[in-house]
Amino acid sequence: MDISYYLIQALNGIQYGFLLFLVASGLTLIFGIMGIINLAHGSFFMIGAYLCWWLTSLTGNLFLGILAGIPLAVALGLLIERFGIVHLYTRDHLYQVLFTYGLILIFGEMRSILWGNEVQSVQIPEILSAAIPLTDVQSYPVYRLFISLVCMALAAMLYLVVQRTRLGMTIRAGASNREMVQALGLDIAKLFAIVFALGAALAAFAGMVAAPVQSVFPGMGDEILIVSLVVVVVGGVGSIKGAFLGAMLIGLADTFGAVFLPHGAGTVIYTVMAIVLLWRPQGLFGRT
Amino acid sequence: MTFLTTPVSRRRLLAGTAAGAAAVSTFTPTRFAIGQTAKLKIGLMLPYSGTYASLGNNITDAFKLRLAEVGGKLGGREVEFVQLDDESAPPKGKDNAARLVTKDKVDVLVGTVHSGVAMGMAAVAREENVLLVVPNAGAGDITGKMCAPNIFRTSFSNWQPGYACGPAMMKDGKKNVVTMTWNYPAGHEQIGGFKESYTAAGGKVVKEILLDFPKVEFQTYLTEIAALKPDAVFVFFSGDGAVKFIKDYAGAGLKGKIPLYATGFLTDGVLQAVGNDAEGIRNTLHYADSLDNPVNKKFVAAFKAMTKRDADVFAVQGYDTCSLLATGLEAVKGDIKAGATLYSTMRNTIVDSPRGKFTFSASHNPVQDFYMREVRGGRDVVLGVAVKALADPAKGCTMV
Repeated sequence: MDISYYLIQALNGIQYGFLLFLVASGLTLIFGIMGIINLAHGSFFMIGAYLCWWLTSLTGNLFLGILAGIPLAVALGLLIERFGIVHLYTRDHLYQVLFTYGLILIFGEMRSILWGNEVQSVQIPEILSAAIPLTDVQSYPVYRLFISLVCMALAAMLYLVVQRTRLGMTIRAGASNREMVQALGLDIAKLFAIVFALGAALAAFAGMVAAPVQSVFPGMGDEILIVSLVVVVVGGVGSIKGAFLGAMLIGLADTFGAVFLPHGAGTVIYTVMAIVLLWRPQGLFGRT
Repeated sequence: MTFLTTPVSRRRLLAGTAAGAAAVSTFTPTRFAIGQTAKLKIGLMLPYSGTYASLGNNITDAFKLRLAEVGGKLGGREVEFVQLDDESAPPKGKDNAARLVTKDKVDVLVGTVHSGVAMGMAAVAREENVLLVVPNAGAGDITGKMCAPNIFRTSFSNWQPGYACGPAMMKDGKKNVVTMTWNYPAGHEQIGGFKESYTAAGGKVVKEILLDFPKVEFQTYLTEIAALKPDAVFVFFSGDGAVKFIKDYAGAGLKGKIPLYATGFLTDGVLQAVGNDAEGIRNTLHYADSLDNPVNKKFVAAFKAMTKRDADVFAVQGYDTCSLLATGLEAVKGDIKAGATLYSTMRNTIVDSPRGKFTFSASHNPVQDFYMREVRGGRDVVLGVAVKALADPAKGCTMV
């Protein structure tokens, strides 16, 4: 095993980390700003993947499929927030957990009715289907690089929006002191709707770009939900920066866990979470 | 396909036995001196929802297709079906099976796909002394530790397809391999079978990779395989995981550089989803829809005509389940309570299956040919017989 082997593995870990970030950033915003524990967040990932598969097969083009899918995901997020989540802001977390768990079941059943239970696959478009040879045996799929680049661009955009715009300022204010924002006369209901729809759209978008490499299957939302929760806890609830570094840390830990501890690979990310929690109970960038 | 196992707790065992005793006291005999007017009740306990719904439906439809072919009757008796969705949920397996036997009073249990559920059914079959035919679940224990005169399997044991691949790979000159599967019972059993024959033939397993079930993020391990550069790779994955694995293997550039071998579950039912990426994968299974024999040709056409779907290995197993019951019940004139006579007839049946003729071992598992197949043009093409008349070792079975 030479150095290039470890570099390729690092590349694998970072790419996984980017994908995790897209899902976890929405989860952390929704919890940090709205105080909502959204267990159905993984379902948006799954729905995104199925939307991508469905729309790609209708339009014959992955990019068109994703473009058509994003507004649908935003609309779904708004719908859920307006008719469901809105009733839970003042309730105990237990109600939120019960409600969003119910959503998981409903989304699963809807998916089963609309799209069936089969595993589906999405073709990688011709222009991204090449692979870059890395060693004499291995190549790196261009599409995986594409995922990383898209996620990187989105992460940068998210950073700019949150740090440099008026909306971002409101979001940050909402995260640090909700009552004060309300007292200052800002439309908190609108802010919540935007944040929830944005979070849902990010998760769905992650599902869409991941569809060609992950394949599309019913249980894909549950798996990503658990790992994303780990990312949020490690990074610190409500912090975008935390979600980013948490996602990278978990992505790399998962990959190198599999490399160095093949028989305990599944436990590595949870060990990382336990260590972080012992050292900093509020997460890497969480507020105490 | 999953093949997880659930241990049976003592309390549940006692509860089941008590229910069984209650059922026996209210039991009305169906053994007649003259005439067989009562309908034969068959309990089809299969997955009709969830990931394995298509497998359950194919088994059911092929069973009914065969029943129609033999005149709609088994041993002269009309057949009534009680269909129950097992949801592939092991915790419910035993209760569901017990309900079919004690409440619905089925004469025969047929099921299922998921090994964990099938183990619960086998436990009930043993307690209630009801005939059980397993049309898929591959756990070794079903015809191993749990084997009984009234339990039959028409599919395979997990050990069989793995074992079949070993010598064939050595013949192809693949002297060292990396194996890869999920860390769960079916994975251990399939890879275990492979290792047994492969190392006996002089092959060397360089590395065994185990993933947590049902993880499908393979990229890390593929990078490792690329660095190890073995002569070949041998895997067991199925369903979701199989599609993902085949695509990732090609995506990582390994396709065509390090030959991929597997048990047939890797490619069965997924070829359409993976497209070109599966080309050249060699795999062993007891069936291929392209098998060139008259029974298969007739079966494939009839199944397509009836269901508008393509036949697969699961359909074949359902079809053969009906064939086996037809032969057995014919010999005892429909008397399902004939016990030893019925079971010994079934055990000695030679099933003329679409997969080719097969017999049963002393533990009631098929003794059958395994074919070496290769994916060409989006289909599994049969290259030849990998191992003839392969019998499962039936570890732990007291009938052997």
